[in-house]
Amino acid sequence: MLVIDNLHAAVAGPNGPKPILKGLSLTVNAGEIHAIMGPNGAGKSTLGYTLGGRPGYTVTGGSVSFEGQDLLALPAHERAAAGLFLGFQYPVEIPGVSNVHFLREALNAQRRQRGEAPLSGGEFLKLAREKAALLRLDMDMLKRPVNVGFSGGEKKRAEMVQMGILDPKFAVLDETDSGLDIDALRICGEGINAIMRHPGKAVLLITHYQRLLDYVKPDFVHVLADGRIVRSGGPELALELEREGYEALEGTGA
Amino acid sequence: MTAIALPDTRNVEDWRYAPQAALAELWPLEAPEAVTVQAGQTFARAIVLESDDVVQLDLTLEAGARAAVHVVNAGAGYGRVAVTATLGEGADFQFGGVQLGGGTASREIVASVTHAAPGATSRQIMRSVVAGQASATVLGRIAVSRGANGTDAEQSIRAMLLDRTAVANARPELEIFADDVKCAHGCAVGELDAMGLFYLQSRGLEPARAKALMLQAFLAEALVGVEDEERLLALALARLEALL
Repeated sequence: MLVIDNLHAAVAGPNGPKPILKGLSLTVNAGEIHAIMGPNGAGKSTLGYTLGGRPGYTVTGGSVSFEGQDLLALPAHERAAAGLFLGFQYPVEIPGVSNVHFLREALNAQRRQRGEAPLSGGEFLKLAREKAALLRLDMDMLKRPVNVGFSGGEKKRAEMVQMGILDPKFAVLDETDSGLDIDALRICGEGINAIMRHPGKAVLLITHYQRLLDYVKPDFVHVLADGRIVRSGGPELALELEREGYEALEGTGA
Repeated sequence: MTAIALPDTRNVEDWRYAPQAALAELWPLEAPEAVTVQAGQTFARAIVLESDDVVQLDLTLEAGARAAVHVVNAGAGYGRVAVTATLGEGADFQFGGVQLGGGTASREIVASVTHAAPGATSRQIMRSVVAGQASATVLGRIAVSRGANGTDAEQSIRAMLLDRTAVANARPELEIFADDVKCAHGCAVGELDAMGLFYLQSRGLEPARAKALMLQAFLAEALVGVEDEERLLALALARLEALL
């Protein structure tokens, strides 16, 4: 479904572009959940933003193919319409724009780009209600401006409601677990499973900790360090990292 | 009418941002329209500029009178709206202005509110969006006369630059000669939040739609509660679409 081959990317900074991804390769097939772990500054968020098409994140080499299509050639909104969803580590506040209005426009923009008929107001509200209930987010929250005044946990749950409504084929979830209390973590984990555990879908889960993986069981775990995947394994790798830390891993020359 | 000399736009403060050439075409201007709103009466006016134009309105509000003036300044090349309001005891004045321009358009709103007697309330909300090499100017003044205690005045001037070649001028001015007054004011010129734009696009919105969505709420603030809010907002949004 997603094939990343020898990806190099640089991030715009005050002293010019800084190389962050240095030859990252990864293949994710439909039906799989992959977790990416790694120390701070390894390039985890950069990978998410580069896949999402954020301005200022420049690909300097390599390729990314999404369902056979050159993902990097598409602007951000077309990546979304193609079925990519980027869950933000820090969901952005948009004052004055209600969640319901924004998400209906977004969903219908995606549908329009795919040549599908738009959802009516009633159809959309039914869908939104269903997904909000799944994440146990009060429907009233969705009538409020996007993320404005939401707590950290509410932002992450709202993010998962967005994912449920937009129903992507592939989700890159950047530290969806950060800032969540134990209950919210479980609710988000269950939400990810309900929305994305599907033979035709796949997830790339970026996380620092093992705990989210207790709820969303990954098929593969990768360690990202200094812009590259340095080690891959099964779910047991996450447990090993939790026990030993990244330093031990670097010590083995991995 | 005796001919009035064209102001030297560099030296006269209220005219210093006006484009001399465009103004010369419209000169001499008619005298401002003078309206007195009688005690306890109400007055409402929506001003929509379609072509090069200067609209001047001088309002006098008697005790307890209420007036609302709302402006959509988004016509052709040059548009200027100058409104003064002198408020009697307990009068209320609401002003909302939206300015939109692209190309080399020039927009000006000059609003001057004088609280001449105690207990009057006023609110001025101005929102400008400019692209290309357009300019938007807002000169907003609140004057509180001696003895006009209990004045409650508010002024908010904000402008959004869609391109770094566009210009926004803002001059908030407060002149207060009374003690017991409340005058809230705020003024800001900025650009659309890049992270917000990316966030909306990452959900599937085309760049122009993402910008429109963010600016819609921004502009709407100036038109909240107007009698024909929907019509004015629709008009402003149609002009906005053309800018993006």
